[in-house]
Amino acid sequence: MAENIIIINSTQEFDDLIRQNKYVLVDFWAAWCAPCRMVAPVIDKVAEQYSGKIIVAKVNIDEQQELAIRYGIQTIPTIIFFKEGRFASKEIGVKPLSSFVRMIDSNIA
Amino acid sequence: MEKMVDIIIIGAGPAGLSAAVNALIRGKRVRIFSNRDNNLSKAERVDNHLGFYHMSGKELMDKFKEHAEAMGIRIEEGKAVNILPLGDSFLVNISGQIIEAKKVILATGISKIRELPGEERLLGSGVSYCATCDGMLYRGKKAVVWDQSEDAWEEANFLQSIGVNVTFVSDKARHENLSDNVEYIKGRIEEILGENTVEAVKIGNEIIKTDAVFMLRDAVAPDALIEGLELDGSFISVNKHMETNIPGLYAAGDITGKPLQLSKAISEGLIAAQNAALQIDKKES
Repeated sequence: MAENIIIINSTQEFDDLIRQNKYVLVDFWAAWCAPCRMVAPVIDKVAEQYSGKIIVAKVNIDEQQELAIRYGIQTIPTIIFFKEGRFASKEIGVKPLSSFVRMIDSNIA
Repeated sequence: MEKMVDIIIIGAGPAGLSAAVNALIRGKRVRIFSNRDNNLSKAERVDNHLGFYHMSGKELMDKFKEHAEAMGIRIEEGKAVNILPLGDSFLVNISGQIIEAKKVILATGISKIRELPGEERLLGSGVSYCATCDGMLYRGKKAVVWDQSEDAWEEANFLQSIGVNVTFVSDKARHENLSDNVEYIKGRIEEILGENTVEAVKIGNEIIKTDAVFMLRDAVAPDALIEGLELDGSFISVNKHMETNIPGLYAAGDITGKPLQLSKAISEGLIAAQNAALQIDKKES
């Protein structure tokens, strides 16, 4: 995993993170989810490519069920982009790097 | 994750086996996956494949398999669920197992998949193609499993075993191995209903409430398998090298369009494999 990816350990940590940072990309995942393992290297690339521009974080939905319910996670991986503490956009399922680049660029312009 | 292979071939009909044989001849490490009988096996008689006059589809298919097996090719059981291009390689999810490959050849045959009303709109919002992928999200909730493949009952039992309240919908008689705890409805799903997430399915005149619908077909539609794949109607668009619009992803056989004939499938498998092998050699030389 890329060094600059933040692991969320509580709802409080999550709320602080999206409040204190302008742009946050969050990967909602779980250990049993094969498609999540596929997307993980792509999320690593995103974290590298946008290092210093956006924050990238991971939420394990089995450990952080409150957050999974709050954002209505129906399938994983779900990747949500938060802008100024608010939901801006999301991608569901196995997507290539270009999909995330598009989502991020259209929100940080 | 398993060791990277050179070429993953999805489908083991004439196109897939021809691709496997030719990739192997070019010295490539190949894995080939299949999860159903192909259409050739069902052809009563084939008279237009040069050199093999007056043979049944099954006889020909058996010969093709024999040929491949004699060269050490082993057809593995598995259904492709997702393909993800990473730039220089691909990650392929085969029934929950993730395999990395330099190139991928799709040879899954003609796609007879007709999407249900509501299916595409609610995909990822209660509609799922993979019980082992999404099942855990529906523990303690209701899910409908639609029987559209031979092993759908296994996936229904799996879902029930992890705590999902499963209803199995099938137009066949109740499968003898279906767990006793699983509710069974005879019929066909006609529509998936729900505003933002799945709320119910329509079976005949009945509306059955549910939180999820598992559509367990033999194959996932090609454009749902990989994001951004260019289609031409229900077929995959390819260039003369049998490469799709996604670099490194090839397609061969009936899936690329008419004529849906054996000789074409075999030729396209060869072209796809040789080009995939050539690209690998160029990159590594």
